[in-house]
Amino acid sequence: MGQITLQGVQKSFGPVHIIKGADLDIADGSFVVFVGPSGCGKTTLLRLIAGLEDVSGGSILIDGKNVVDTPPAKRGLSMVFQSYALYPHMSVRGNIGFGLKMAGLPRDEINRKVEGAAATLNLTPYLDRKPRELSGGQRQRVAIGRAIVREPKAFLFDEPLSNLDAALRVQMRIEVTRLQKQLGTTAIYVTHDQVEAMTMADKIVVLNGGKIEQYGSPLELYERPANLFVAGFIGSPKMNFVTGEPALQKGAATIGVRPEHLKIERDGAGGWLGTITVAEHLGSDTFLYVDAGPIGMLTARYIGELSLHAGDRVSLVPDPARIHRFDNSGNALRG
Amino acid sequence: MARMATTRRVAISTVAAWLFGFLIFFPILWMVLASFKTELEAFAIPPSFLFFHWTTENYATVQERSDYFHHALNSIIIAGGSTVIALLIAIPAAWSMAFSPTKRTKDILLWMLSTKMMPPVGVLVPIYLIYKSFGLLDSRTGLVFILCLGNLPIVIWMLFTYFKEIPRDILEAARMDGATIGRELVYVLTPMAIPGLASTMLLNLILAWNEAFWTLNLSTSYAAPLTTFIASYSSPEGLFWAKLSAASTLAIAPILVLGWFSQKQLVRGLTFGAVK
Repeated sequence: MGQITLQGVQKSFGPVHIIKGADLDIADGSFVVFVGPSGCGKTTLLRLIAGLEDVSGGSILIDGKNVVDTPPAKRGLSMVFQSYALYPHMSVRGNIGFGLKMAGLPRDEINRKVEGAAATLNLTPYLDRKPRELSGGQRQRVAIGRAIVREPKAFLFDEPLSNLDAALRVQMRIEVTRLQKQLGTTAIYVTHDQVEAMTMADKIVVLNGGKIEQYGSPLELYERPANLFVAGFIGSPKMNFVTGEPALQKGAATIGVRPEHLKIERDGAGGWLGTITVAEHLGSDTFLYVDAGPIGMLTARYIGELSLHAGDRVSLVPDPARIHRFDNSGNALRG
Repeated sequence: MARMATTRRVAISTVAAWLFGFLIFFPILWMVLASFKTELEAFAIPPSFLFFHWTTENYATVQERSDYFHHALNSIIIAGGSTVIALLIAIPAAWSMAFSPTKRTKDILLWMLSTKMMPPVGVLVPIYLIYKSFGLLDSRTGLVFILCLGNLPIVIWMLFTYFKEIPRDILEAARMDGATIGRELVYVLTPMAIPGLASTMLLNLILAWNEAFWTLNLSTSYAAPLTTFIASYSSPEGLFWAKLSAASTLAIAPILVLGWFSQKQLVRGLTFGAVK
């Protein structure tokens, strides 16, 4: 079991409020990603759940039990750190088994569990090596091994993939997701990478300035962002925002259209007219950065190759069903 | 062509490095050679380099005239004692500054170092008088105490930089793994800090072993370490180069051997965590 509930959790360092009252329900076995720009409080929130920081207010419930006064080791959680935080003087076996050794398990049981975890993570040939003799990806796996071997109520991941190169990151992303599904253990994963968030999560928590902006499934966030911040943060390239006349026509202060929901037409009839400033041809996609005069800069995405170049005039027509409307304070307007 | 130029450059810099190394080492070599000469040969001009009448009589005379082992024992007690006490004070101090720094930590560190900027002779008279009142003159306790205080800032600085290098994440990982403070100390912190502790200890031993100002001024015979032993050959009846050399060679031999076997740690200690 690993159900985690946050009730009005607050954290301040002196006069600085890092977390301004967070309420959250994390279901047992789900994969929840905390995402947000740097300094939004996502790592602090994770550390509060871990017990590495003390809360300034509110309560954290694990399986219904308030744990705010419980030390980290007794919360039954395990954590994977950004820097891996392996013990440099211990072998892979020692690293993975350290938690079990501290729990006072008999030696043969520790060995059995460590070897089981190592087999799951393809680490068996490296069991007697020191961390410095391993590659980045292998170290990462050791850190994950250390987390799974203790069979915790939940895994806490603090930007675990950010030190890996791009190709390895994609591979590990898939591995971590697969492993979590296989074990069925609750996982909380912190990242600033919205692609990681979208691909890995059952549910995403978007944080900004110490506040939870929205909590929902990846597609909910993509299709129905609660406010301008979430709309701008989720999706790549970023959603286009238009204010003024076109927005007023839709009865909103701001309207947003994702680059993939702009129809690109060569001979401008209707829509927003503009000149291409930069065209990026990726083969699979074409990204156009269009200066649309009074409307502002717009980004458009075309699936496939489109032979348009800088300086060409185009007209961009938003898909009416895919226009997001926001009021003056930035909140989404529905209906 | 280019390769030849590189080879030649490597050859030149190798020769230059050896020459420079020899230049640095020469005084010590000369001292060792002189210790095996007779007094007459020791200051003969032109000097003979290797082809002289080798003798060990200087060593015999030195041991006979002043008890080498007595002074060596004093050096070991004073250098060892001051190092152990300095470490006992410095470890918790550096630890707390590295792992729970406050706004003033930097200032405190700088202030500690600033005490090393004052010439020791500036406080010689007050210290001498205090020692006299407390009966600490020519006592091992007194020397252990003053050398310990003198080196403490450097010891704290070095340990601070080492402890700073231990990532906090690892300590937190140990906490998540269920280690209590005591077990964290035994299983995680100490093994990681040992290289740093070792090089700090070595450097401090050498500094204390070679310290001459306070040991010369605050001791005469009973507590006198090897520095006083050497100094006793450089004065009253004129200079006896060969005997002075023999005394000096004897004095530096233990620390030289120690240094030889711990070169690696020493280099790391001297570069002070500047290289990662």
